[in-house]
Amino acid sequence: MDDLEQLKKGALGEIAAAASLDAIEAARVGILGRSGALTQRMRGLGALDPETRRETGAALNRLKDVIADAIEARKADLADAARSARLAAERADVTLPVPPDMTGRVHPISQTVDEIVEIFGEMGFAVAEGPHIEEDFYNFTALNIPPEHPARQEHDTFYLPERADGSRLVLRTHTSPVQIRTMQAQQPPIRIIVPGRTFRADHDATHSPMFHQVEGLVIDRTTHMGHLKGCLIEFCRAFFGIDDLPVRFRPSYFPFTEPSAEVDIGCSREGGELKIGAGSGWLEILGSGMVHPQVLRNCGVDPDEYQGFAFGMGIERVAMLKYGIPDLRTFYESDLRWLRHYGFLPLDIPSLVRGALV
Amino acid sequence: MKTTVSWLKGHLDTEAGTDALVERLVMLGHDVDGVEDRGSGLGDFVTARVVSAEQHPQADRLRVCVVDNGTERIQVVCGAPNARAGMIGVFGRTGVTVPKTGTVLTESAIRGIASRGMLMSEAELKLSDNHDGIIDLPPDTPVGVRYVSIAGLDDPVIDIKVTPNRADCLGTRGLARDLAATGIGTLKPLDTTPVPGRFTSPIGLKIDDLKACPLFLGRHIRGLKNGPSPDWLKSRLESIGLRPISILVDITNFLTFDLDRPLHVFDAAKIARGLTVRLARAGEKMLALNGREYALDPEVCAIADDNGVQSLGGVMGGEPTSCTDETTDVFIEAALFDPVRTAATGRRLEIISDARYRFERGIDPEFTGPGLEIATRLILDLCGGEPSEIVVAGAQPEWRRSYTLRADRPKSLGGLAVAPEDSRRILETLGFAAEAKGSDLIVSPPPWRGDVIGEADLVEEVLRVKGYDDIPIVPLARDTVVSRPAIDAKRRRAELVRRILASRGLVETVAFSFISEKAAKAFGGGDTKLRLVNPIAADLSVMRPSVLPALVEAAQRNADRGFPDLALFELGPLYRDDTPAGQINAAAGIRSGRTVPRDWRAKPEAPDFILAKSDAIAALVAAGAPADNIQTSADPPAWYHPGRAGMLRLGPTVLGHFGELHPDVLEAFDVKGPVAAFEVFLDAVPASRAGRARPPLRLSVFQPVERDFAFVVDANVAAETLLRAARGADRKLVTDIRLFDVYEGTGLPDGKKSLAISVTLQPQVGTLTDAEIEAFSKRLVAAVAKATGGILRG
Repeated sequence: MDDLEQLKKGALGEIAAAASLDAIEAARVGILGRSGALTQRMRGLGALDPETRRETGAALNRLKDVIADAIEARKADLADAARSARLAAERADVTLPVPPDMTGRVHPISQTVDEIVEIFGEMGFAVAEGPHIEEDFYNFTALNIPPEHPARQEHDTFYLPERADGSRLVLRTHTSPVQIRTMQAQQPPIRIIVPGRTFRADHDATHSPMFHQVEGLVIDRTTHMGHLKGCLIEFCRAFFGIDDLPVRFRPSYFPFTEPSAEVDIGCSREGGELKIGAGSGWLEILGSGMVHPQVLRNCGVDPDEYQGFAFGMGIERVAMLKYGIPDLRTFYESDLRWLRHYGFLPLDIPSLVRGALV
Repeated sequence: MKTTVSWLKGHLDTEAGTDALVERLVMLGHDVDGVEDRGSGLGDFVTARVVSAEQHPQADRLRVCVVDNGTERIQVVCGAPNARAGMIGVFGRTGVTVPKTGTVLTESAIRGIASRGMLMSEAELKLSDNHDGIIDLPPDTPVGVRYVSIAGLDDPVIDIKVTPNRADCLGTRGLARDLAATGIGTLKPLDTTPVPGRFTSPIGLKIDDLKACPLFLGRHIRGLKNGPSPDWLKSRLESIGLRPISILVDITNFLTFDLDRPLHVFDAAKIARGLTVRLARAGEKMLALNGREYALDPEVCAIADDNGVQSLGGVMGGEPTSCTDETTDVFIEAALFDPVRTAATGRRLEIISDARYRFERGIDPEFTGPGLEIATRLILDLCGGEPSEIVVAGAQPEWRRSYTLRADRPKSLGGLAVAPEDSRRILETLGFAAEAKGSDLIVSPPPWRGDVIGEADLVEEVLRVKGYDDIPIVPLARDTVVSRPAIDAKRRRAELVRRILASRGLVETVAFSFISEKAAKAFGGGDTKLRLVNPIAADLSVMRPSVLPALVEAAQRNADRGFPDLALFELGPLYRDDTPAGQINAAAGIRSGRTVPRDWRAKPEAPDFILAKSDAIAALVAAGAPADNIQTSADPPAWYHPGRAGMLRLGPTVLGHFGELHPDVLEAFDVKGPVAAFEVFLDAVPASRAGRARPPLRLSVFQPVERDFAFVVDANVAAETLLRAARGADRKLVTDIRLFDVYEGTGLPDGKKSLAISVTLQPQVGTLTDAEIEAFSKRLVAAVAKATGGILRG
């Protein structure tokens, strides 16, 4: 039996000392292989008397199990050590900065237009568009601004060269010509908004030779000034996200509306800081009115049957007020720093129901 | 239009204060630009009599004055040369702040003599630059009274933005009439009693062109004496920023702003015989009252005597016949001039005058005579003299007309129910005549309301007097409970393009639609039809033929500011011609500098044509173009690098172009290259017929197989040709082809390149056998060989 103890001790020692899978395999072959020490003993069993053979056989089998277990345990230990070593070797500095975010931005004018469309869309308006290079008729005459009308002088119109017939095309001075084009092309009821570029020959701190307006037009049989008020109050409050925003309507004059109204929103200027909302001041943001009967007639719409309102608003102006942009001219300067600061993430799509408007 | 509170109250009997009047004006449609309190900071200064003025014992130029401020006598030391006993001046006692310096007066000793206050000059009160001496008031000025009330400075000036339709409110009385209609006060009567003439005017009148001037009334006044105006008149004019000149001139200015009745006063002695209103003759000239000489033409309405043109009708008088202090005989003109011609004359001659401003907006035709009578009376009162009978040329134009105001219209158009009797009262206070016809009103506007030309105008009159605040708010009802699309497919796709490009790292810009001619020409434009006649600057003079030049300029500006790495895009119009169809909606973008900043991991690269191409294709796909069918050709426009740019097409339709910009363009725009650019035409993308529903998805249960092929082809073979041929080998079996390697150089003959593709085969009916794959490979190699001459690389 001392012999078996000796064998066991030697085998377990060899296994424990094995530092690699190969060394374990060598140890296994040396003990349990075809000519291994234990295998040799097993072969020698046949020469023993039955009783001794049974006892020795059982002892050998137990030893075999012990050694096999030791081999498996050693293998698992080695695998664990190898994985630990690999993981240690793979350690990285997780405080390293992420790559630069190269996402672009959407211009505040585009975002503001989308917001305006979202709100008026909820009120049943559809977007219409028209040409920037416009005929005098659509920009002025059809809108009740005949050639000698004093209002024409105030428009600072850009002209294109005189044509063979003596007429001159203009760059539209407002989005109102699209009112005319729409009424000529489409039967009432009409409910459109027209965002787009407009042009006036004026350039200083508060005027740009190109700017954006949004025009609105509602034509049906029953819409009156009360609806005009309802619609525009609703818009102002939704756009600025102030439920109790004061909105004031003042009589005014536009050649293409009668009665006409300027629309002011409440503000305060305490401490030199302009804040939209209830306060002691008013800010003019919109011109509006009931479409002039002569304008309807000019478009072939019978003013005894149809009526409605129109309005116009400067997009940069409301964007400046809403987003705190101080200078009109910066909108067109394409300064990367400005665009990144005031621009919007591409997936920040204005939506009323998702609250992504204010 | 400026007026003052007291001026308004001269016409309006009211107890209302400044704030209430201003508020009411605004809500009547007369927006107030500002209210200026000229007396601010002057309230503590009072009138005081200088009781005695003795020489200062220690100083030659100082006097010791005792001043009576009405309640006590105070000693002050004064350095003004005009300080003298008996005069009445303006006194500030200790504790009062001097407006000019902002210092507080304190009791002090000047060269040993105590001084407890100060006699003020106009400069010290910031009323003028006059520093010559202390204010010297008329001897009958009451003592101990606030100076602001004596000087009329306690009368706030209201600056009103009168809308172009309300010519009648370019006179204070018109504003007072509007205010009266709201019930804030009552309009005072105006005395227009005729002044009887005592002789026949020696100056006759004739009108040659009754359209230019339908009516001309004139009156001669002889034996008068001109001179400086009385204080009340000077103060009125000064309060609204006009400089008093002489009584005769001041009266015409006063009546312009008081009653909206511009007049002209000729020095009768300087008129050669009579006056004729006619169109000017070519070559005629006139030296106008503003000191400038004008060359006239037959479009100009002239008032002429035998010597030539003496006045520009409705615009400005002439210097040679103007009144001076020596004038003793005058001829007053009260006329009506055609608004259109007046405006045109003013514009052509570039004269802006208070008369032109009013005549071009329309003057009350009925008020010509009354205006002349009021002017006559003022001249007689202030200058004396003897009036002639009135000379008349032309006739009163017809202005009477009437409109029906239906009883329901204030409600059905204006949204506010107003009882007909209410409407009637409002209109009558405004000077309209109204007559009931059933429940409707037949309304005649007054002569000064040429702007009222229909029922809608009458509704506005009623509403603005009632106040727009009274109009009940009514929600705008919707046709449908659930919102319907506000934008059409085209616009929706454009918005998708915008947000896709921004997602790809490009920053959106908005640039002007006009650019410099040089930039336009560099990008294929510059058509004279698209050149502005009146640009505000040379670099903003031509409608842009492409969105790109503005982006290139933006790249240059940003680089100059220290930001050379950028990716910008704009979604906007370009103009191919001056028709509506010539306005094309485009998306364009550029990338310059490095694609990413220096980074430990991301590798910066110079943007190249292939990056521009992928931006372009991303935009086109967002716009609805079928990605697989877009074809590329190597024939870019001239502003691109000829070998590193191309066109994108869908059959015969040009969808856009992309590539690296031509070095000449970069040089012209002073930009460091390379710059990768693209421009795609959104309107050119055909509308997609596919709806939101997708075709059924058939997923194969069999393993896909991937096979690689490398072909040696001539170097000038287009990769797209090879890929199309490979795809065409078996459209059912091939689900994907990727070009994974392009190689030229060692191991290949000169003029050859290797293109390596990876082909994914997706069997649908059974696992592919080796024989099937082999057969497919043969077909693919044959197809590529046929299309490109390429051979499989060994």
